Amino acid sequence: MRPQAALIGVGSLAPQRRTEGASTLGMLARAAKAALDDSGLEKSAIDGLLVGPQVGETPQHVPATVAEYLGLQPVMGNVVDLGGASGPGMIWRAAAAIQAGMCETVLCVIGNHRNPEAPRSPNRNPIREFDVPFGASGANISYALLKQAHMARYGSTDEDFALIAHWARANAQRMPEAIFHGQPASVDEVLASPLVASPLHLFEIVMPVAGAEAVIVTSAARAKGRRAAYLLGAGEKITHRAVSQAPDLTSGPLKPSMTRAFAQSGLGVERMSLLSLYDCYTIMVATTLEDSGLCPPGQFGAFMRAHDFGPEGDWPLNTHGGQLGYGQPDLAGGMTHVTEAVRQLRGSAEGRQIKDAEFALVTGNGATMSEAVALVLGAEP
Amino acid sequence: MTDLSTLKVPGPTEIALTQPFWDAAAEGRLVIPHCRACDQPFFYPREICPHCWADAWDWRQASGQGRLKSFSMVWKPGHPGWAPAAPYAVGLVALAEGPVMLSHILSPAPVVGMVLTLAPTDIGGRVLPAFRPA
Repeated sequence: MRPQAALIGVGSLAPQRRTEGASTLGMLARAAKAALDDSGLEKSAIDGLLVGPQVGETPQHVPATVAEYLGLQPVMGNVVDLGGASGPGMIWRAAAAIQAGMCETVLCVIGNHRNPEAPRSPNRNPIREFDVPFGASGANISYALLKQAHMARYGSTDEDFALIAHWARANAQRMPEAIFHGQPASVDEVLASPLVASPLHLFEIVMPVAGAEAVIVTSAARAKGRRAAYLLGAGEKITHRAVSQAPDLTSGPLKPSMTRAFAQSGLGVERMSLLSLYDCYTIMVATTLEDSGLCPPGQFGAFMRAHDFGPEGDWPLNTHGGQLGYGQPDLAGGMTHVTEAVRQLRGSAEGRQIKDAEFALVTGNGATMSEAVALVLGAEP
Repeated sequence: MTDLSTLKVPGPTEIALTQPFWDAAAEGRLVIPHCRACDQPFFYPREICPHCWADAWDWRQASGQGRLKSFSMVWKPGHPGWAPAAPYAVGLVALAEGPVMLSHILSPAPVVGMVLTLAPTDIGGRVLPAFRPA
């Protein structure tokens, strides 16, 4: 088990429902500054830059635009475009660039402002041509199809899925920034929330918000003497884009991604102190629990009933509330699972700290269970 | 049930390569690509076969029979133009030939596994390959 790189600084902007007048660049700058302050490094140490795509504001030349805005002149820059897996996907790419000798300290930053009146998608791709004309626009329907397939195949129930949303809301009560802080939800309340696309209820779906998240990754050598979390293993896989092209509706590309990440780390899932699992919808957590080997296929409901998923519980899960409780800050939603894991592993998760947190599994998921990244992170050895 | 032909919804964004699919659909037929090299059908139409990357394939008429892999009753559509039709069903149709396509399902109570048949339907002024229970 050799630390591949160190995560030494994290920055998060509190999720907001609307940000009229704000620019994505400005929000990225705020998150980057918070991460740099947290790292204790000087700005001049940053020589690598990984950014997310920016639909609308900066369609091209994103790394150059962000670098210029931040006054950086990186020797490595790129866009990571893996939907909700972009954030975790940045972390191993940063480590790989550092290990390849191309740079030493990488700023990974992703986020978006939010103006609900933004123009509709300009897509002219197969999903637009072959799915949208039949009445299937947006991710809700795709994930509804995945949930329905799971229920049909395994007999899983709405109550099973509602437990996932319930726990997300419960953990959000320990996270003052969470969009659902002050709004817990019982299983009955989840089930009573309106059907958006059957069998998905409103509370099983993330709330879109604005936000930005930043992580500073550096070499293990440079991290010496600083409070760091370490990247111990990573895995990635892309299988399709449109849900109609998914090779499997009840198991996804996170399965091989997690297998690879665990193999690299030399650890098994049972060693994890935190499950920081991408949760755009309840079905995504269900499938990930099963794909991780924590429970047999089809059995996540029994697993949800058998454990306590709070910070003091036997299986802490998404202690920041997950995106179902925290809100989904656009593409930065996936990075919240990284920043929360780093905070837990560094012992700085105020008000929700897991005792002696040692290892964390982080997952990212993009499109319709299409793009997957799994990371295993560890505390200071 | 809402008359789907009156909906103001986004139609197909066809290109030259895919035009035969939509032209056939307008005539109430379903055609899908079939690779000459590996002898496998595929969907959606692409420049090259996704199985073997051969660039020679033909349009073949599909049987129009299929099975419902999954579905959703859409109460809150992603596009506002669909609101008058809600709730309506969309689903994944495993065609008898093998490939899966997403389609509109003409049923108020679909069931996973049900047998479906092609039901050409005017949606927003264009006849599209929808499906209904067989």
